[in-house]
Amino acid sequence: MLARPGLPSFDYVRAGTPDEVIGLLEEHGEVARLLMGGTDLFVRMRDGFIRPKIVVDVKHLSGMRDIIYDEQAGLTIGAAATMNEVARHPDGQAHYPLLTEAANSVASYQLRNRATLGGNLCNGSPAADTAPAALLLEGRIVLYGPSGEREVPANEFFLGPGETAMQAGELMTAVRFPVPPAHSAGRYLKLGRNKAGDLAIAGVAVFCFPDGTDSGYHFRIGLASVAPVPLRALEAEEVLAASPPGEETFVLAAEKAVEASSPIDDVRASAAYRRAMVRNLTLRGLREVWAQMS
Amino acid sequence: MVMHSIVVTVNGETEYLAVPSNMTLLQLLREKLALTGTKNGCEAGECGACTVLMNGEPVNSCLVLAVEADGAEIVTVEGLAEGDQLTPLQQAFVDHNAVQCGFCTPGMLISAHALLKRNPQPTEEEVKEALVGNLCRCTGYNRIVQAVQKAAYST
Repeated sequence: MLARPGLPSFDYVRAGTPDEVIGLLEEHGEVARLLMGGTDLFVRMRDGFIRPKIVVDVKHLSGMRDIIYDEQAGLTIGAAATMNEVARHPDGQAHYPLLTEAANSVASYQLRNRATLGGNLCNGSPAADTAPAALLLEGRIVLYGPSGEREVPANEFFLGPGETAMQAGELMTAVRFPVPPAHSAGRYLKLGRNKAGDLAIAGVAVFCFPDGTDSGYHFRIGLASVAPVPLRALEAEEVLAASPPGEETFVLAAEKAVEASSPIDDVRASAAYRRAMVRNLTLRGLREVWAQMS
Repeated sequence: MVMHSIVVTVNGETEYLAVPSNMTLLQLLREKLALTGTKNGCEAGECGACTVLMNGEPVNSCLVLAVEADGAEIVTVEGLAEGDQLTPLQQAFVDHNAVQCGFCTPGMLISAHALLKRNPQPTEEEVKEALVGNLCRCTGYNRIVQAVQKAAYST
């Protein structure tokens, strides 16, 4: 939209403490925006969708970039940890490979050096690549606001396209993941218009672990970019809990995953194509994760 | 408008600058320091023509504020060679005709340079993955990938 290079005019403020952030948000209201990686914010500012007067950099708050694994508490990832930082963390790789794969699938290497996990989640895009992993790994989003800290489970976080449970005046500080079930395996299959770098046409995450269901295994399926929000395909999961794992059950589950989706036509793909791809990616994901179970 | 005093090291030179909040690192490099090797291709983090190293890691400088670069070490394409001595990577680009119009080349070199630092012997697939964020409209990429691999095997 702008013919000359650069960004619209605004004031940059680097916040020192979370309370300072809350104070600034309260003081400036709608014309203040939080800055983490800037990879969504600046793009939208240049396109004219957002016009903040104050941009509050929260990357440097204490703990915002920390990634800490504890054998009891699980994994805590600071909201400003970059995708590359998440992806190359040895504890993430060892215990949460689904999240590692999701983080690695975002955009390009240089964007992953700036884009943050928190930013990806709080922008609430239905196509957010880390969202299905957050859902399947039962992540909890930690928010800090005027009333202090609260946690929102990932499955209550995404409310609509671009809309999350985060309130105006709140700051995301971390995402917490419980210790994953023993012997679990997961895959994130992302389909774009090219092999890498694109936004998802459809993203399917599959997670599995041995459990006391009728089938002996617990499957979780997450979908991105094929509905107004990232979501779990719960009926597909029920099919997988009730019947012996194998091609027949996987085909049925893939159909249920398609039914859980409600994609739209857009520049990247048609709704019909997306539905077909949900089926294929779910099938592929189930086969690959099942192979890891044996 | 608020001006910020920043200290940033660019290609080994320490620069003391006053920058407005909304200036990007890309603008700082091109307009304040006349380092025009780094290019503006899309201003949206898609094309990679603006790629520079920030504290050793490639970033799209169009999406980094100048003020965010305070205290950082920046390397641009101008900072790769030692005087007249091209790096093996740069020489490989020349030798393998990996440059046509040259617009993508600075960004490609920075991304590839960073790749070879972290993965000295990348496979073809790894080279392509590392360069996903650097678009080229001229070469069709093959010679660029070849040049990177040749540079890897020669060092």
